[in-house]
Amino acid sequence: MYKFLLCLRYLRTRYIALICIISVTLGVATMIVVNSVMAGFTHEMQARINGMLGDLVFECRSIDGALDADQHIAKIHQIAGDSIQGISPTVHVPSLMYIDVRGQLLTKQVTLVGIDQASYASVSQFGHYLQHPANREQLEFKLRDGGYDVYDSQASDVSQLKERWQMKTAGWPHRRQMARLKKQRQSQQRTHPPYDPGKAKDQPVRAINPFAAIAGSIDADAGTSQTGDFDPATQTHVGVVLGIGTCGYRAPDGSDHFVALPGDDVKVSFPTTSLPTKVINEAYTIVDVYESKMSEYDSNFVFVPLRELQASRGMIDPETKIGRFTSIQIKLAPDVDAQLVRDQLRDAFPAQLYSISTWRDKQGPLLAAVQMETAVLNVLLFMIIAVAGFGILAIFYMIVVEKTRDIGILKSLGASGRGVMGIFLGYGLSLGIVGAGVGMLMGLAFVANINEIADLLGRITGQPVFDPSVYYFSKIPTIVSPVTVAWICVGAILIAVLASVMPARRAAHLHPVRALRYE
Amino acid sequence: MNKLVEAAIPRTSTPSQNESRAAMPGLAHMATRGLFKSYQKGAIGIPVLQGIDMTVYQGEFLSIVGQSGCGKSTLLHLLGTLDQPDAGEVYFEGHRIDHLPGASRDVLRNRHFGMIFQFYHLLPELTTLENVLAPALISESMLGYWSRRKQYQLRAMELLDMVGLGGRAKHKPRELSGGEMQRAAIARALLRQPKVLLADEPTGNLDRSTGEQIMQMLRGLNRDQGLTIVMVTHDPFIADQADRIVRLVEGRLTEGPLESAANPQRPSGLIA
Repeated sequence: MYKFLLCLRYLRTRYIALICIISVTLGVATMIVVNSVMAGFTHEMQARINGMLGDLVFECRSIDGALDADQHIAKIHQIAGDSIQGISPTVHVPSLMYIDVRGQLLTKQVTLVGIDQASYASVSQFGHYLQHPANREQLEFKLRDGGYDVYDSQASDVSQLKERWQMKTAGWPHRRQMARLKKQRQSQQRTHPPYDPGKAKDQPVRAINPFAAIAGSIDADAGTSQTGDFDPATQTHVGVVLGIGTCGYRAPDGSDHFVALPGDDVKVSFPTTSLPTKVINEAYTIVDVYESKMSEYDSNFVFVPLRELQASRGMIDPETKIGRFTSIQIKLAPDVDAQLVRDQLRDAFPAQLYSISTWRDKQGPLLAAVQMETAVLNVLLFMIIAVAGFGILAIFYMIVVEKTRDIGILKSLGASGRGVMGIFLGYGLSLGIVGAGVGMLMGLAFVANINEIADLLGRITGQPVFDPSVYYFSKIPTIVSPVTVAWICVGAILIAVLASVMPARRAAHLHPVRALRYE
Repeated sequence: MNKLVEAAIPRTSTPSQNESRAAMPGLAHMATRGLFKSYQKGAIGIPVLQGIDMTVYQGEFLSIVGQSGCGKSTLLHLLGTLDQPDAGEVYFEGHRIDHLPGASRDVLRNRHFGMIFQFYHLLPELTTLENVLAPALISESMLGYWSRRKQYQLRAMELLDMVGLGGRAKHKPRELSGGEMQRAAIARALLRQPKVLLADEPTGNLDRSTGEQIMQMLRGLNRDQGLTIVMVTHDPFIADQADRIVRLVEGRLTEGPLESAANPQRPSGLIA
């Protein structure tokens, strides 16, 4: 009983020990915040990757693909039918995309993906990331007559967002306007004669557009692979959905700007499946823009209808009309082990021809890097708490020395060495509990108000903590895991107790007489 | 362990009999035989006790006198099993106690011996009442203490009243005077109804009049409750108030006729 009583009294009277507990408090608070934020980011990332890719990706190793998606799908259903919630064939082909921006040609290296409108929504959440509400319901590769979102539909707090004013006229209105402007320019060129080098030398030199040949071919009225009487004001090419990273950029103030809008045309060059390989150009009309918040996807993928892409690449067998495909994306039922199904499929399809991966396999390096970061951070922060342990050890040692006579008295009254040791171990334990407890409350409070704190810091220092042009999140994602918090607190308390062992043992072994005589 | 020690030391007659002031050379309450003790100061061994044979009789008030630093306190510590002799034995109620394991000696100090010191040694973080309760707090587990706390608190308050500190129960030691602290220490020593009270220079840090008060208290305890008291002091006036005096000179005891402070006599040699 005396141990408990003395522990409590020491806790209340010795402020110096409480001060050395501050390291433990800060360490615990920081670890909780860091782990929550990392968990939040990782979860967001994983959710988006999983959302885009589906659970399993079944790929053909050849760029020309394999024949008959339906047959393959049937076989996959045979093997893993019960687990499959959604399945959709696609064609992936590396390509170059050209966007005409006021006479300048913007070239982007993208992966052109042909998707089956009917089934793609069952495997990928890609539909959620589109800008037009009607397309989010059901994607159709048709240009809409306005109504595209002017604000990011995925943000939780609209008040923080900058308006994407260009989107106000996106769709048919924008297309018609651009067609009208082109007609005006053309008629102006006819009335004003072109530059004649033979005439006056002091006429201004008009810069020659080196991409004029290709740029000219993008102009709808200059004629494309289709017939010359294509009217952009009333007709579109095959629809394409671009990633926001391919046609737009974010300014440092957080506003998004687009170089091409739904209604504009783009040209894409990609190889066909014939031998020798031919490269063809196809013109597409932008029908929507998707924003998955993962720059890897937003800057690299553009989507077109599967059937049209197959036709362009010569992937459709002329007699059977069956198309080739390069990959099948599969969504599994919840709680199904993706790795199990992957292994089942791997056994069924020869590895030289087909590559089957889970979404984690595809993004392995990225996720592993994040895991490692988290692990390293945890180790470093735990070191801080361990350092605090040494502080506790030193302070306790001094306390034991200070209390030498008291320990002598306790022993003269019949306290055992074990009992005296128990006082100091108990003291260490209670300090650990107080420190970890306060640290936990601080950490949880910080996490709950992390966005407000980040804003405050941004205002004080003048620099935004999370630069919106770099990070796609408008709010910092956090996930507090009770297990992690518990482990952190237990670890901190353990360190406090371990640090008190040495001084406690010294107290236990003090000789009563020498202790009583201590000056 | 408690029970074993209790069984090993049979209960003798209760100490609360009214016995006359002069102790009967009857029952030996405590005894030592051939005690040797030396201290190490670096490489040098300083012999302190060189063969002490003495007897403490039941109910007597014994005073051990000698120069400062001559080993009186050491002898007292050995009697109270706070320390262990290099050679020789210590007996309590006929049983040898110096060789007992640590836990048994803890019980002896907790239940059968009461100790007071020159520097009171109250725990500064506890109130006066809690200090008096200390022996109970030490020997009882949390549950045990909790179930008996009323009894203990009653007894502690009784003792505090007896020593005249009834109104100071909630005060911390730093709010008490020297005399009051020593009185609290006496109350603490008596909590478990010990059989022997060991006092190491109890008035050493007090002025004359306060010291007198303390001595009065001790004499009262010895007389009214028959408590055996062994007191160590260097002050012959204080020593005089005991029933019997033994002198510690050069590591050995002499017991002469009662010496008065006015007429100190030289020791006449070794007497057992």
